[in-house]
Amino acid sequence: MTAGPRDSSLAARVASRIVGYSILTFFALVFLYPFVIQLASTFKTEPDAASRPLAPVPDPFTTSSFLRMFEGTDFPRWLANSFLVTLILTVGRVFFDSLAGYALARLRFRGRAAVFATIIAMMSVPGVVLLIPKFLVLKQFGLYDSYTALILPVIVDATGVFIMKQSFESVPVFVEESARMDGAGIFRTYWSVVLPMVRPALITLTILSFQGSWNEFPHTLVAVQSPELFTLPRGLADLVSGSLGAGTQYPLKLGAALLATIPVAVIFIVFQRYFVRGATEGGAKG
Amino acid sequence: MSRTGRRTGIYGRQGSAGWLFVAPVVVILGLFLLLPILMALFVSLTRWNGQGSPFTGDVPVVGLDNYTRLFSDPGLARLDFMTSIRNNVYYVLIVVPVQTAVALFLALVVNQRLLRGRTFFRTAFFFPSVTSSVAISVLFLFLFTNSGVINTLLGVFGIDGPRWFSDPRGIIHIALTNVGLVDPAAPPGWLANHELLGLSWWNWLSGPSVAMCAVITLVVWTTSGTFMLMFLAALQNLPVELDEASLLDGANRRQHFRYVTLPQLRPTMFLVLTLGLIATWQVFDQIYVMSQGDPAKTTLTPAYLSYRTAFRGFDYGSGAAISFVLFLIIIVLALIQRWVLRERDRVPGRRSWLARSMHRGEAS
Repeated sequence: MTAGPRDSSLAARVASRIVGYSILTFFALVFLYPFVIQLASTFKTEPDAASRPLAPVPDPFTTSSFLRMFEGTDFPRWLANSFLVTLILTVGRVFFDSLAGYALARLRFRGRAAVFATIIAMMSVPGVVLLIPKFLVLKQFGLYDSYTALILPVIVDATGVFIMKQSFESVPVFVEESARMDGAGIFRTYWSVVLPMVRPALITLTILSFQGSWNEFPHTLVAVQSPELFTLPRGLADLVSGSLGAGTQYPLKLGAALLATIPVAVIFIVFQRYFVRGATEGGAKG
Repeated sequence: MSRTGRRTGIYGRQGSAGWLFVAPVVVILGLFLLLPILMALFVSLTRWNGQGSPFTGDVPVVGLDNYTRLFSDPGLARLDFMTSIRNNVYYVLIVVPVQTAVALFLALVVNQRLLRGRTFFRTAFFFPSVTSSVAISVLFLFLFTNSGVINTLLGVFGIDGPRWFSDPRGIIHIALTNVGLVDPAAPPGWLANHELLGLSWWNWLSGPSVAMCAVITLVVWTTSGTFMLMFLAALQNLPVELDEASLLDGANRRQHFRYVTLPQLRPTMFLVLTLGLIATWQVFDQIYVMSQGDPAKTTLTPAYLSYRTAFRGFDYGSGAAISFVLFLIIIVLALIQRWVLRERDRVPGRRSWLARSMHRGEAS
């Protein structure tokens, strides 16, 4: 940025930058300070958290909320369940969605257009109206209140299929043709030739799946009821509205919420540009 | 359309491979999406109470009863449903414009070439929207406690903050009371004595409750970042000379924004508004964690009411009926969006991504 030819324009530019940074800083505080408060309150005593909610430094510093979380609640179980369910869901979604996306983009088969149209229609079905339907079907199949109920109904997602189909369509056709000339079968062509070429889309899908499964809440409400099967968001919701909810216990609740936030936060910081890509291409998370 | 097919002469092999590849997705979506919707449609015509299977002869089939109870039969079911519709309408009316305005404003500020550290700020603004809705709701419950962060901050400005989650007063009622127009204990007869679909005019005109305003704050705070990214992507696709447009550079720049930048952002604006409109009718997680419909049912929304009616009230038929009415509302909104964007697609230019992101945006 070179200095302007006239003093007035220089002054105006400096002024506009100061205003710009002030606005940015103000909003950065609005968006990030709540997390600072959360982190600090986790290590506060209950009276301290209640009386000095804004203070960024605990006084006195205590880890008792974590002790109570790990010893007095089912938190460790929920954490383990969340990791297990998220892992299976992420692998499953990436694998099944990209398989289907590839078939819809490249393979010719009868009914392809109908399958694709149906998947598009499925994408517009809002999750919240599916609560009772999902409960009904899980009950009917005898799957209610099991790991299968947590995992199976959401192991594929229409949006992921759509993302993968779009990206497979951008791969030049000659790549597959030459692989097939060399005698590679359809799965092999897909797996070792085409799939590596859509790596960015795969990473985006992996991250969106991880984030989506880790944060998933409404589905767990209608899939399970035993506390041993709760994932973190479900356990956390139970902690707030259930038996422990009436009292304050905010350091404990905020600590549990913090631990539920950290994995996605880490992934977000590392793979930020894929999140950005997912959001700008994929619309709002609704 | 694939161009490989017939030329390679393996149509048959591709046919079975194609079905094999899509089979997991088709089977699971069929069993856990399509089939359940049909099952719920049936249940919405019954009075199933959750005992046994709803598909045996023992369950009373009541036809459209569950639907008429929501609209035409006076009673608690209609009162609750209309209350939830009122709450959600106010919620939509505030959340959609505010989040769109905040998102656009942030995008414009972050888009200024002159500022350093823009990536950091973009990340900071976007971060809340990737986190768990339940975890964020827990955090905001703490921020909005009676002597919590929000009320402490309000205290700095000499404002005595309300008891957020136990205050059912509507903000329009509060405003009317404060200017001395009405007495909330004895609302004017022409408002209190007329009713529409079971709610008095006075109740329809309450505005969102104080408690709902806390939920609204949370939602605007979490979603603005995502929409900011969409505006930012659109801004960065504008011709270069527009990139430097700045809100802060005096009247000329302002006019430039008003007459040059803003018209070009119209497609994105429309997308953001309609995505917001569709998403705001689905608010559930935050209500579940923060207020469970309380105080005095002022944070009840159709999505939460449907859940509550079925899983707490054991009236699965009514719950399912509410779901389908909500489904209809959302489908109508989505169809309007799709229809308008389709028109836009015919306009020359690179607008096709809009249609794509629209499809995806509706999911989840």
